[in-house]
Amino acid sequence: MLREEVDSTARRTLTQTARVLGALRLDGPLLIGLALIAAYGQFVLYSASGGDWGAVLRGSVRLGLGVLLMLIFAQLKPGVLRRLSPWLYALGLLLLIIVDAVGYIGKGAQRWLDLGFMRFQPSELMKLAVPMTCAWLLRERALPPDGRTLLSLAAIILVPTALTIIQPDLGTGLLILMAGGIVVLLAGLSVRIIVGLGIGAILSAWVGWYFLHDYQRQRVLTFIDPQTDPLGSGYHIIQSTIAIGSGGIFGKGYLRGTQGQLEFLPERSTDFVFAVIGEELGLLGALLLIGLYVFVVMRALFLASQMRDTFARLLSGCLASIFFVYVFINAGMVSGLLPVVGVPLPLVSYGGTSMVTLLAGFGMLMSLYANRKLAA
Amino acid sequence: MSLRGIIKDFWREQRLFEQRAIAAVVIIATLALLLVGRLVWLQVVRYDYYTDLSQGNRVRIEPLPAPRGIIYDRQGLILAENQPAYQLELVPEQVPDLDATLQGLVRIGLLDTDDVDDAKRTVRSRRPFDSVPIRLHLSESDMAAFGVNRFEFPGVDIRTRLARSYPHGETAVHALGYVGTISAADLARIDREAYAGTSTIGKVGIEAAFEAPLRGRNGSREIMVNARGRSVEKLGTLQPALQTRPGEPGTDLFLTLDLEVQRVAEQAVRDQRAAIVALDPNNGDVIALVSRPGFDPNLFARGLTRAEYAALNDNPDRPLFNRALRGTYPPGSTIKPVVALAGLTHGIVEPNKPFFCVGYFSLPGSSHRFRDWRPKGHGAVDLRSAISQSCDPYFYSLSNQLGVRRLNEFLGQFGLGKPTGIDIGGEKSGVLPSPEWKKTAFKQRSAQVWFPGETVIFGIGQGYMTSTPVQLAHMAAILATRGKNFEPRLVRALRDPRTQRMTELPPTPLPPLQAATAEHWDLIIDGMRAVMEGGTATRSAAGAPYSIAGKTGTAQVFSVAQNARYNESAIAERLRDHAWFIAFAPIEAPRIAIAVLVENGRSGSGTAAPIARAVMDAYLLRKFPPADAAAPAGDVSGE
Repeated sequence: MLREEVDSTARRTLTQTARVLGALRLDGPLLIGLALIAAYGQFVLYSASGGDWGAVLRGSVRLGLGVLLMLIFAQLKPGVLRRLSPWLYALGLLLLIIVDAVGYIGKGAQRWLDLGFMRFQPSELMKLAVPMTCAWLLRERALPPDGRTLLSLAAIILVPTALTIIQPDLGTGLLILMAGGIVVLLAGLSVRIIVGLGIGAILSAWVGWYFLHDYQRQRVLTFIDPQTDPLGSGYHIIQSTIAIGSGGIFGKGYLRGTQGQLEFLPERSTDFVFAVIGEELGLLGALLLIGLYVFVVMRALFLASQMRDTFARLLSGCLASIFFVYVFINAGMVSGLLPVVGVPLPLVSYGGTSMVTLLAGFGMLMSLYANRKLAA
Repeated sequence: MSLRGIIKDFWREQRLFEQRAIAAVVIIATLALLLVGRLVWLQVVRYDYYTDLSQGNRVRIEPLPAPRGIIYDRQGLILAENQPAYQLELVPEQVPDLDATLQGLVRIGLLDTDDVDDAKRTVRSRRPFDSVPIRLHLSESDMAAFGVNRFEFPGVDIRTRLARSYPHGETAVHALGYVGTISAADLARIDREAYAGTSTIGKVGIEAAFEAPLRGRNGSREIMVNARGRSVEKLGTLQPALQTRPGEPGTDLFLTLDLEVQRVAEQAVRDQRAAIVALDPNNGDVIALVSRPGFDPNLFARGLTRAEYAALNDNPDRPLFNRALRGTYPPGSTIKPVVALAGLTHGIVEPNKPFFCVGYFSLPGSSHRFRDWRPKGHGAVDLRSAISQSCDPYFYSLSNQLGVRRLNEFLGQFGLGKPTGIDIGGEKSGVLPSPEWKKTAFKQRSAQVWFPGETVIFGIGQGYMTSTPVQLAHMAAILATRGKNFEPRLVRALRDPRTQRMTELPPTPLPPLQAATAEHWDLIIDGMRAVMEGGTATRSAAGAPYSIAGKTGTAQVFSVAQNARYNESAIAERLRDHAWFIAFAPIEAPRIAIAVLVENGRSGSGTAAPIARAVMDAYLLRKFPPADAAAPAGDVSGE
């Protein structure tokens, strides 16, 4: 009798929670997945920052800002997002040009605009604006896209990519390229063209080698053999693989990772935080995080596949996929699978604007899902 | 577009997207598995490898340099000790750009431009993780200069180390030697491991000869370091087990040297180029070992700049040159007592048989005159007066009768022509000539022939024969003890600094001389006593409350041409004769045997003998002249 009562209370609580989430246009499982990743991230950040509560606090503030943005974006109607897309793109393009011009005049690398109260990276905006605009362009066209559409898409993607790469910021440029590319792939680009582009990419990589900056070439070279420069560019990769490898299956223990705590590991709370997880929490800790990421991506892809509208589907599918791309590039770089590119580990790495843009993206995805039946 | 078309498209597109989404899922799963595979490879398969690397990263082995043994004189006065000093050290692997760093140190005045190359060589020759000293003994202003610029020099730091210090400066420097910065040449022959954390090594003298016991054994301890190489006490809740391997402090040395006597001896030849060796004839103990000019060994312990070293090295008086052990000079008349003993032993000399000295000696059938030092000659002399007056023709004749082989063999028994075996090494053998020696010494056939005239001058210690001051002191000691023979030694005992246990080193006896009879010994020692009592060195024995046996000598720097007037004032000071004096005292129970050499001192009796007297007074009577007294004034009255 008592048991039934408890059961019914629990059921009632669940129902109420679902109702609240529904009203806020949030997806429960996706939200839980994101919350777990973010909580795990803050937990690791405390250790990775050397026990600095200030860093955790600032991280939490940023997380809160991201959550707020996610809530706001979740409330936006898909039509608003759709109409916003080209304007966002135009704004981003303008800012990119300004940043490049300032950098050119100032004769130095320039990636951000100083807004007084914060530094703003237009390329970060482009990570969202490019897939949005691609999806916007494709919303009423027949899929798979025809040749003319493909050319327009190429222009939309390649212009901001190029502007970002010349800043110079190869990593973000490639991410923009990938974000747009994923939309095109999801839109049904024919396999023949994919293969063709693949060959073209290899050829252009070969040619592009001669146009890379020295430090960029160095990154590629040290990736191939980190030991050639153990104290220079290879240092990051060597130290992070040592950190991960020495963590073993169970890790050295929370706050007890020698590589991280003794600062052999560079950028341990930002780009290389994955190595701290591998060192202190071991293979199990890393698998737990990867598992959470995969869960989030799969859930987001599932949500995307439920959508009936081309714009929503393409954008959501892209947001889900690009999230995993971030994870793979970061974890791959830290564990020595990929060259060193400045890509943060989503929702875990400290600092930067990526946490805010990522959560904003998930807000959009939830809005698109919540309104999946309204769109036509 | 018809409605039907749109609907058809809608389903087609829906299916297309689903296909692509499934492809995405497959790709993502593949990449995730790739990532997991990589993690398994690193964390499971290669776990041990990376654990070792991580261990090597955080645990550094820091050397704990053992304090070098302290050197005491015979009375227990400290001659060499260790003082804490600040030095600039550099860890090669932590320095991003060695050239720029060294140039930067030149700019702030911590390094001389001339020394940059040496510093670079030193740094390159060391292991990359060892802290390499590049500048010893920093002054307060040096430290301040570095302090304000420290941020410019990653990998460079000031460390406190025990540095060698010689409280008496120049005193006894040629006996003690010194420690200096380990050079590339040193590194080639030493065990680098054993010297990790040590910046200096014994270069010459006792410091070099007793390097192993003095050095002790460096210990080491493991320390946990962070990425910048700083030692870290603990890490979170982890307190790693770190090992400490204690070292062994260096052994203390107790010398035979008597600092007070040494001081008197050095004072006596302060402004000369000279050498003095005083031995205890009963055991070979070196009481004083002087080579002047000297230098301050602290300069080396502190690290000389190239310019400072050049100044010492290029000094025409050669302060770095150890005349006592390495200076080879014709022994001159100092060997006459031994030649006389050879004559007695071989039955050639009849002690009381008069010999008429006309001022020169000629070989039968030759007109060449071997001249006496006294142009008009000594008239009638016997063995005693021939020694006391140092009559050259008497010994020319005696040598001629003895022949080169017997001379060589007999003088050899007094340790001439070979190292005395003094325990600090580095000594020269000098030359004890023989026809065989001449064959190896000269390349030209015609120069290899031994001439009878060469035997004649051999007997008065001229010609090819050369000896070192320590050899002549050793010879005087053998004369003093009537044939007892000990290797000269500077170190008499070792002390373990932990247990304070002394290990006395026994004297090293050499085979005693047995050929001569007591009567013969009496005769030549009586001759040497006569040198001091009415002979050439009478003035130097005046007022001595103990008996002295001595012999003066003059080493020709160049030979004077036949019949030429010996015009002393015309030759440059450096071409003047070297002055020798050997002595021992008291005759009845000898306690000290001494050899004094004054380069270009002209006269053994006038210059060298008074110096020996001052040293003997100091040792036997504990009589010390005031510290700033000038060298004993000697007059040049000829031998």
